[in-house]
Amino acid sequence: MIELDGNAIGGELYDVFGMDMTGVMGVCTYCGAHAPVAEAVVYMRGPGTVARCRACHELHMVLVTIRDVTCVDISGLAALEMQ
Amino acid sequence: MARVADVVSETARAKSLLLDPPDWAGHLAGQHVDVRLTADDGYQAQRSYSIASAPEDEHLQLTIERIEDGEVSPYLTDDLHPGDELELRGPIGGYFVWRESLGGPVLLVAGGSGVVPLRAILRHHRAAKSDIPVRLVYSARTQADLLYREELESFDTVITLTREEWSGHTGRVGRDLLEEAAWPLADHPLVYVCGPTGFVEGVADALVAIGHAANRIRTERFGPA
Ligand SMILES: Cc1cc2nc3c(=O)[nH]c(=O)nc-3n(C[C@H](O)[C@H](O)[C@H](O)COP(=O)(O)OP(=O)(O)OC[C@H]3O[C@@H](n4cnc5c(N)ncnc54)[C@H](O)[C@@H]3O)c2cc1C
Ligand SMILES: [Zn+2]
Repeated sequence: MIELDGNAIGGELYDVFGMDMTGVMGVCTYCGAHAPVAEAVVYMRGPGTVARCRACHELHMVLVTIRDVTCVDISGLAALEMQ
Repeated sequence: MARVADVVSETARAKSLLLDPPDWAGHLAGQHVDVRLTADDGYQAQRSYSIASAPEDEHLQLTIERIEDGEVSPYLTDDLHPGDELELRGPIGGYFVWRESLGGPVLLVAGGSGVVPLRAILRHHRAAKSDIPVRLVYSARTQADLLYREELESFDTVITLTREEWSGHTGRVGRDLLEEAAWPLADHPLVYVCGPTGFVEGVADALVAIGHAANRIRTERFGPA
């Protein structure tokens, strides 16, 4: 399991959201921390990737890519604030 | 599919690919691309590679360090030749980028191949004739591992080596070197840190410990050292 950050999933998130998400502020559902998506702790493992809060380590996003289509669950983010 | 215009050796382990992607709308200094390889049986592997060239440069340049047991990097460094094609997605990233409107002074801190996107920032800064102060602190194992060595000498660069004694700095990038090389805190420097995950964490922690504002530090992690 390789530990990276939110920059590494910029391509997948662009495909899903149609815009760059790395510079967007995420608000953690669990601890309320505000941080750019690029600063999340990202673990890559096979087709599934998870992004966690750098402050409290709770789950922010789960990404699954199958045959070029990425699905993302962002229930760990209370808000995504465009700058 | 981007056409490979040229392949250039940078060090014994690293090569640069000069690419001509069709309909390339340009990029920002600091961005990366995703490279995807597809085997004859349909198996695919994808990795991210930072863009080493400035937006103003003629070709899109990637610089890849070969990881001996790697799935993707040995193919990119050893098996590609001018005229070959490569599947790219990008440019990617709007956070780990620098453009003049973001201001400075700018401190760039690189570990190993983490120097790649920071070199794009330096080249862009020069091409844009910016007068914002910019300095690079670059940590590598040995002199033989230094990427873009001659070019970097023409910029304000501080090099430290972790596995070789030489006339310059030695040892890891810690508080002492950062305190010596960083811009005064009163100027609210903007700092970019890039390299192996452990390197980035260590440098970011040291920067905060010496008083840099966390929201002025931008980081990008490449994976294991
Ligand atoms: C945003 C981003 C930008 C990047 N930019 C560059 C770049 O400009 N130039 C560049 O050379 N690389 C860059 N990387 C790293 C690159 O994406 C690959 O991780 C690297 O080339 C190894 O891939 P591989 O398939 O050869 O090795 P893998 O098959 O993925 O791994 C093989 C073995 O090497 C280890 N390993 C994995 N990654 C690394 C690493 N980075 N360093 C040392 N050991 C590793 C693994 O743990 C494993 O044991 C970047 C990564 C990210 C996330
Ligand atoms: Zn949190």
